[in-house]
Order: sequence, then structure tokens, then C-alpha cells
Amino acid sequence: MSAGGRARIRAVPRFGHGSRVPGWDEAVDLTKPPAVVPDPALTPVPSELRADIEAAMAKYPDRRSAAIPALHAAQEVHGWCSPEAIEQVATVMQLTPAYLTSVATFYDMLETQPKPRNDVYVCTNISCSLRGADEFLEAMHEAALEDVDVNVRAFECLGACDIAPMASVNGEYVGPLDPADAARIVEDLRTGRPVLESKQLRFRKCVDPGVAEGAQDFSPPPADVPRADTAGLGPEGDTVDRPGPTAPIEIPREEAEDR
Amino acid sequence: MKILFDRIDEPGLNTLEVYRRRGGYDALEEALKMEPDEVLTQISESGIRGRGGAGFRMGQKASFLPHGDMEKYLVCNADESEPGTFKDRELMQKSPHMLIEGIVIASYAVDIHRAFIYIRGEYAHQADILEVAIAEAVDAGLLGERILGSGHSLTLVLHRGAGAYICGEETGLLDSLEGKRGNPRLKPPFPAIEGLYHGPTLINNVETLATVPAIIRMSGKEYAEIGTETSTGTKLVSVSGDVRRPGNYEIELGISSRELIYDLAGGPEEGREIKFWFPGGSSSPVLTADDLDVPYDFDSMAKAGSMLGSGAVIVVDDSHTVLEVALKLAKFYAHESCGKCVPCREGTNWTVKMLQRIESGEATPMDLDIMASVQDQIIGNCLCVLGDAMAMPIGSMIVKFREELEAEIEVARERAATGQLEDVIPLGVADEHAGPIPVH
Repeated sequence: MSAGGRARIRAVPRFGHGSRVPGWDEAVDLTKPPAVVPDPALTPVPSELRADIEAAMAKYPDRRSAAIPALHAAQEVHGWCSPEAIEQVATVMQLTPAYLTSVATFYDMLETQPKPRNDVYVCTNISCSLRGADEFLEAMHEAALEDVDVNVRAFECLGACDIAPMASVNGEYVGPLDPADAARIVEDLRTGRPVLESKQLRFRKCVDPGVAEGAQDFSPPPADVPRADTAGLGPEGDTVDRPGPTAPIEIPREEAEDR
Repeated sequence: MKILFDRIDEPGLNTLEVYRRRGGYDALEEALKMEPDEVLTQISESGIRGRGGAGFRMGQKASFLPHGDMEKYLVCNADESEPGTFKDRELMQKSPHMLIEGIVIASYAVDIHRAFIYIRGEYAHQADILEVAIAEAVDAGLLGERILGSGHSLTLVLHRGAGAYICGEETGLLDSLEGKRGNPRLKPPFPAIEGLYHGPTLINNVETLATVPAIIRMSGKEYAEIGTETSTGTKLVSVSGDVRRPGNYEIELGISSRELIYDLAGGPEEGREIKFWFPGGSSSPVLTADDLDVPYDFDSMAKAGSMLGSGAVIVVDDSHTVLEVALKLAKFYAHESCGKCVPCREGTNWTVKMLQRIESGEATPMDLDIMASVQDQIIGNCLCVLGDAMAMPIGSMIVKFREELEAEIEVARERAATGQLEDVIPLGVADEHAGPIPVH
């Protein structure tokens, strides 16, 4: 290969000390006592958070099982798993902050860096990227530039390849998306509207033709059931019969057999 | 034939009222009148194989659990994170009580009094629905102490994960449920002997457990008549990728793959051809258009050199390159590798780097051999199958699409030589999942 033929690989961003690992040049203080379970008398915990964590701990035979629910709850309160948040969880659960940090760093949905309030997880796994997720991600990043309160992240398969390309906006699954939807998502988040309601997964029917062909003589559901929790019913006032398939094209059977 | 998806779109099916109106929990009443062993016999006779990926017979797995007074656990694996799989999501969202009923019956069969549903953290809507459904079931006496007046008691707890593919692996899931990092454990002992909190644990997928009420209703023998001899019953299949009607389909095991991909899912867009497809999630070795007549069941897929896995078909048409898909795939496994076993941690990362070398025009055809040997050295050498899950499809792509990859190498080298190359960002630095690393 000629010298001019080398790929231009972008330089690796490094810390001043030359490593990609933060704090690599700082010597460990061997005389420091190990971090211990924080003293409840010295660590104030918001009473609601304490109640949530204690309720979670009561569900399991071993209180440590509540680590993930407790960190989730703390993240809700503090916005991210800050050292302070972890300290508070550690106080209530009587565990060391180190243990909880080890858990928090393992899972994608627990953030150990400050982050904007609204989460937009864009699935970029195979099925979504085959259908244009990468273009959408780019558009989403761009749209979010205007709004600092949106945390756009590429995420691994979110389990909704039927509406690919899709995203999870604060836990609400929407799709199939095109780049034009990115601005709308930011807009909906800013105004507090339901996000992209016409594309929400929760209202989608099953694609399987056998389901649609089967019995449909349903009695109405109980009146107190929230519409949004009842699959098969669209948003209030929505009269469009939203089909399951993203592209409802009928192929005659003969044609299919020819292939 | 619809068993799980029978009238699944009925409005309000997620409520106890509607579920009971159409005969829900009748199977539970019936089961509670039988001896636990009889229930287990029905499950064994149905021949149902695990729907989560490994395809192990549920009856056999349940029979491994020791008898006795020790604390035993049932864990429902709802961490549906295999790329391409979304069947459990639809089932839990639309018919949560079917799953709860299945869990109660299964726990009765093997005398378990504590059960957990481990649902992935991303499924917030489904988890909310399940939580409401569990509360409804508790209020109606279908969960808790002395269920429906019988001697059987069961506590069911919904546990939300926090986003990690590895927690779908059963022992990784157990560690995560115990509140640790989700690292897989050394097996044996298998979870049926020593699992959650060191107690014997039965772990099954959502779809498997949700089928149990139907098995009791129909009797195991009758259920076994559906499908093929060794792959009994119906299966929910998630079809996605380059097809016109992606979605979940309930099929009888053993129908031809062509029927599934073309007749049901609509096949690829007009003028496009199928290049290859994953029959069982992104972890299964790829098959090509030549394999479309292979029956869709466990044994036929194994015979064709792949696997049924979680029942997720991902179709890739000829508008995409093999390299592009391979790189996506490898990056996913490199990101999700928990790092406990060296062959997986290093193998996945180096595979990404080698694929990026192809893209940047630095590779030679010899790199394909090196890459293939890396895949060989991952398989079977780790505690769990995450590494294998990358090695099998990548290995099969190298074998089946070697010519295309070699051509790709040549084209990229040309491009590099003429200086038309875009910047290539090495993995782990501007990795799309990591934030930018600050420079002091």
C-alpha cells in the first residue's frame, strides 16, 4: 500500500496524561480508609425516595435485589446517578457506594454522567438501521441541538423492529420514523404534548392476518380502563383505523408462490 | 391456528374483567384440581420447547428441580433483548393475564411459592400494564395466599431491568435480579439445581409460560399434535428488516420459511431480492435465498446449519452490503459483552476493528481468514453464549459471502489509494454509545 493510501483514522481523543482513562495518572491513596456504608445520621435522604427504596427492598428476600429499582428511583429524583444520589441509596440500603457504582455503571439506562432530562433512545440495531435509523439519528441529533433538555442516544435493539426505524421517547415507543419526525418530537417534548401520538406503538394492532380475520365481535371494554392502555383503540377522537403493518400492501397468493 | 394470539386485539384484554369473560383463569382452576405431578405430566407431554432461544423442553427442565422443602424460585425471562425479537412485548402488553396464569400454573406444578418476572427496563409501558394486572390478580385471589381456595400460594414480583443484553442470558439475569452486575455464572450447577439466591430456580421465557394455560385447557397430548413431531405447537415469530409487513405472526411450527417471509410478511420491496436472512435473531447463522424452503421448526433449522433461536426472522435484501450488516452486528456484541471472559471481550472488539479495517481499505483477503479463526476460537470457550452469538453469524457470513467481502476489500483499497476515504472513527472512542471523552 502506498503511503498516500493509508486511511485517515481520526486521532484518539486523550486526556492530558496520554491515556483514554480518566484519572489514570492519579496515584491511589493507599492510606485512605475504604468507603464504608454511609452514616444515616449524616446523610439526609428525601423521604419519598427513602419510602420508594424501602418498598422495593421489602419485595425481595435479599435487600440487594432492590439495587436497580433503587438506583432508578434515585435517578428520577436527581436526574442522574450522581455521587450524591448513590450515597443516598447506599444509606437506605446499607450498602457501600462502591457496590452501587459498580451496578450503575453496568446498565445502559442508569447514567453516571449528568444528562438532559428527556431521553430519546434511537434504536440503531440491524432491523432499524436497514430501514434508515442512522439517517433518523442524525436528524434527531440536529433537532435536539435547539433544545438542551433532550438527551439523544443511539441505543441497542429496543424490541420494536415492527415499527422500524423507531425510538423510545421517555419510554414511549414511536415509529416508523422519518427524519422529518425529529423536529416534531422535540416540539412535543417542549410543549408537553403526548409525543408523536399518531405513531405510538401502544395503539398498534397485530399484523397477523389470522388475528384480523378471526372473531371481532368484542364487547366494549370496562369504562374505567384508560384508552391509552388498551391496545386496538387509538387516541381519543382518532378515527383512523391504524393497521399493524407499516406498509399494508396485499400480495396475491399466486404471485407469492411464483417466487 | 391461533393459541396465543387468539383475538389478541380485543380492546381491554389487558384487564382481568375481559380476560375472565373469555374463559381466562379457567385453566388455572382446572390445574388446581389436579395433582401437581399431573400438571407437570401435561406440560411434559405437550413437548413444548423453550421459546427463548435454546429450545430446551420445558417439561424436562421443570423435572430437574429437586423435590423438598427448600426455597425454590420461578423466574420469567421477559428481558427480550435479542435483536429482531419483539414477540413477548406484544403478548405482555395485550394479554398480561395469560402470562400470569401460566406462571401460577407452572409454579403449582413444581411447588414454587415465589416468582419473579424480569422485564427489560426499556419496556416501561408493558411493565406498567403487568404491574396493574398483577395487582388485579392479587385482589381477585388469583395470586397470593391460598390461590382460589387451594393450598397453593404464590408471590409474584415484577422486576425491571436497566438495559443490558446480557441479562437475557439466564445466569446473567439471576445475578442482575440479585442486584449485581449482570455477569453470567459458570455452569454447572445449572439454575435448576442452584440458581436465584442459591435456590433451585426454574427459568422460562414469557411465550413458553404464556402457553401453559392453553396446554392445560387442551391437554398436553392434544397440544403435541400441533406442529411437527419434535417441534410441537405454535410459535410467535417476529419478522423484521426488509419485508413489507414486519410484525409478529403466530405460525404452526413446520411451515415453510418462504410462506412465513413472503405470504405472511410480504417479502422484500418490489424489485428487490433476499440476500440473506437470520432465522432466529441476530445470533443465528445466516441463511440465503436458497434456504427459503427449509421448514420453520427447531430441527430443520439446525439441519440447515442455523437455529430457530428466539423466533426472530430478520430479512436483508440486496440493497445492503454484507459488510454493513456484519459491522452493525459486531459493534452490538462488542458493546454488550460483559467483559468477564477474555475470548468474548477481546474477540468481539477485534472483530469490529478488523471489519473497520475492511471499510478503511487497510485489509487484505488474508484478514478474512484471521477473522474466521477468531470466530472459531470464541465459540465454546466462554461462560455464556454471547461471544458465540456474534461468532456464529459472522463466521457464516465469511463462509457464505466470501467473494463479496473480498470484492469489498478491493474496492475499499482502491478508494483509499485514491484518497476518497471518509474519516473512520475507531471503536470505543467516538463509539456511538459513549459520550465524547473530555480532554483535560
